[in-house]
Amino acid sequence: MNLFFQQLVNGLTLGSIYCLVALGLTLIYGIMEVPNFAHGHLYMVGAYVTFFMMTLYGINYWLAAVISAIVLAVLGVLIERLVFNPLRNGPETNKFVAALGAMLFLEATARLLWGSDYRSIPGIYDKVIQIGGIRVTEQRIIVIVAAVVLMFALNLFLKHTIIGSALMAMAQNRDGASLVGINVNMVSILTFVIASILAAFAATLAGPIFLVYPSMGTMIVTKAFVIIVIGGMGSIPGAVLGGYILGLAESMGATYISTDYKDIVAFVLLVVILSVKPSGMFAKETK
Amino acid sequence: MLLKTKALTKNFGGLTALNNIDFHIEEGEIVAIIGPNGAGKSTFFNVISGFYPPSSGSITFGEHEFTNIATHKFARMGIARTFQTTCLFTEGTVLDNLIVGHRLKTTMGFWDAVLNTPRARREEKESREKAWDVLGFIELDKIAGEMVGNISQEAAKRLAIGLALVTEPRFLLLDEPAAGINHDETNGLVQLIKKIQKAGTTVCLIEHKMQMVMNLADRIMVLNYGSKIAEGTPSQIKNNQQVIDAYLGGDSNA
Amino acid sequence: METAERNRSMWKLGTYLLLLVVAIVYPLVASNSYYVHVIVMSFIFAIAVYGFNLIVGYLGQLSLAQAGFFGIGAYMSGLFTMKLHMSFWLSLPLTAFLTMLISLPIGFISFRTKGNYFAIFTMCVGIIINLVIEKWDSVTGGNTGLIGIPQPNNLGPISFDSVISQYYLVLAFLVITIFVMTRLVNSLVGRTFMSIRNSSDLAATLGINVMANKILAFAIASFFTAIAGVLYAHYIRFIGPDASGLNMTFDFLLSLLIGGQASIAGPLVGSLLSTGLTEGLQSLQEYRMVVFGILLILIVKFFPMGIVGGLQLLRFKLMKRFAKTDVAGIAQMKPSKGESHAAENKSIN
Repeated sequence: MNLFFQQLVNGLTLGSIYCLVALGLTLIYGIMEVPNFAHGHLYMVGAYVTFFMMTLYGINYWLAAVISAIVLAVLGVLIERLVFNPLRNGPETNKFVAALGAMLFLEATARLLWGSDYRSIPGIYDKVIQIGGIRVTEQRIIVIVAAVVLMFALNLFLKHTIIGSALMAMAQNRDGASLVGINVNMVSILTFVIASILAAFAATLAGPIFLVYPSMGTMIVTKAFVIIVIGGMGSIPGAVLGGYILGLAESMGATYISTDYKDIVAFVLLVVILSVKPSGMFAKETK
Repeated sequence: MLLKTKALTKNFGGLTALNNIDFHIEEGEIVAIIGPNGAGKSTFFNVISGFYPPSSGSITFGEHEFTNIATHKFARMGIARTFQTTCLFTEGTVLDNLIVGHRLKTTMGFWDAVLNTPRARREEKESREKAWDVLGFIELDKIAGEMVGNISQEAAKRLAIGLALVTEPRFLLLDEPAAGINHDETNGLVQLIKKIQKAGTTVCLIEHKMQMVMNLADRIMVLNYGSKIAEGTPSQIKNNQQVIDAYLGGDSNA
Repeated sequence: METAERNRSMWKLGTYLLLLVVAIVYPLVASNSYYVHVIVMSFIFAIAVYGFNLIVGYLGQLSLAQAGFFGIGAYMSGLFTMKLHMSFWLSLPLTAFLTMLISLPIGFISFRTKGNYFAIFTMCVGIIINLVIEKWDSVTGGNTGLIGIPQPNNLGPISFDSVISQYYLVLAFLVITIFVMTRLVNSLVGRTFMSIRNSSDLAATLGINVMANKILAFAIASFFTAIAGVLYAHYIRFIGPDASGLNMTFDFLLSLLIGGQASIAGPLVGSLLSTGLTEGLQSLQEYRMVVFGILLILIVKFFPMGIVGGLQLLRFKLMKRFAKTDVAGIAQMKPSKGESHAAENKSIN
């Protein structure tokens, strides 16, 4: 029974990371209709930035996270302006291919600059806490709490600020939004900034638990896509729900079924769901 | 009777776009559907041409009664249509469009293509000839080699009709064929539609240009807010008070 | 008009024959068997990219599962010949056929999704295939892969233990592939594919069974990709899970885009360039992906038609300048005299 709760916590931890990444992705896809496959590699860069800030410059964990967020925000905006904005009126698949290009570029550059070795972000919350029969590192608790705080903050921003409402308006109707005077460019940039910040924190939180290496982006972005396809493109509750479901499914699956095949869970889930509902789980009926 | 709808209803969520439509079309007729914007005319087309499944009610075409068939089967049954926004294959020439439009009448497959069987050669020739035939019929032979993006609005509308014709339909649905073209071009279009009727195809059209409708139609159905409010010959409709109030009153021009 | 069309065909045939002669003579004049090896690799990838071209270029569906079928083809044939001691000459067609069969239900389910969802779905299918190959140690050898795959069995007096003999084998398959693709693409079937790419809604309205056509293209693509996989396995004589990975699919995609999608020469040109560059810049291996990534973005924005498309456009513009009448497409070197029938001579290349 203890094992179960142990894995529950692990699943929630994993799920928190997935949520933060998926949230960024769903915002970008929902508001700007861009399938940003490079998002996972942005996350990867974030992890490296935090790593170097902490190991090379001895910067505090949370400060490193903030620096990472700033770097990623800049990088994200660059990607938006240089890669996706020029293609906004073209066919869907062009944006997809361009995103793949950005992804390859980021991964290869990371490999070039920092090598393929696995790194580990030093954790400062290593203390093990005992709750009932479970032993958890502080870090895992921090991850879950931090994620919830961030999601809460995001929700506040979107629902209770003017800029947030502008973002939501654009998600519903891009052309209509620009007609009523919403600055589409600003919104696009802002969306990427938010997504990048979320990714940076996700990477920093995950760093001490999981390893850092150049190709870590592919797995996480593909899983994030699975999450938003299941939860609904542009749906925030969907991304959150999907993220935790996947985190728990993988954690439980790894323990009770097989560790080897745990990564497959996400993809099998997507294949199964899209086979049954080709337009995604929460698609509206238009016919 | 070529087409009959019985209690045809279409709902989109809470909105009833079509409400219990009973309608029939005889073979060889030209029938017009008129009504204010949002009355459900295009929805009616979309349902009887297979784009949307009906929410309830039935459609009978010839001997088949159907409610939910795949879109591509409609052309095979002999129902062809044009769209309000002219829909053509933009990546090809005028001729290319018509050649591929005839595809449903050909049966060649992968092996025919690779081995260049007699069937392949015959069908390629047949498709080309049919394309040129229709080109002549719609009087666009001079621009056969033009890319679709470069032709005029009127030519595009003719081509869209030609594309429907090349499927050799029994029943042709035209959705606002005269939208955006001038008086002379409209007359040309009227002549074309009459030619189509003469050649044996039944036509049903949605139009707002009243003079054109009165000129062409054997019978007219009037829709308003998803319901049929009148049906009859042009003179009957012209003098129908309900129709005048809902739609025609003071606004009937071509 | 007759002469115009015959002239055009003559020129085309002439060009193809010339290229074929060059290809046949090449290994005999190449100074180093390494240079032959590079071309063999490009030919093998070209066959896969031709399959890929059918579904991505002509049908307009971004299927990212392709490497999965490449891997399945390679592993299947490797296992047939190694574990079941089957002859290569039986294993090749059997593997290609079985892989095609496997692709049918996958295609059927995949095509229920559209656009980006389709791309993501097929990407996941590809990842699943890759993961299974990687983890199924007992059958596929896991990360170690299959080592010591036999080269093709002797065909009478001809043996296939040299690079040159494998070169001609692969060349033969490449020629067959190009032949099939050319025929297919210039036929009504090809026109149908392209109409679906342009507007699948309109195609359906015209009575075209879009789903059936998509699955057909998918199956043909898988068939040829599997053949490429088989040739690859028996040439390199080793196969690892990387061959079915996402990076392989991206390689196909890049080769196709560089060369020019929806063209006959594109896949070959793209593969030659891509493989040539990869092998040639061995020392700069780390920069390869950096460049590839940027290339993908640039091509999609500025050169969506790739090299071949760009050349075609150039030729078209030049012909328009020199021809007196309106030439609707590719005709011949001499200005065409056929007016409205120039349209009839237009080939979708």
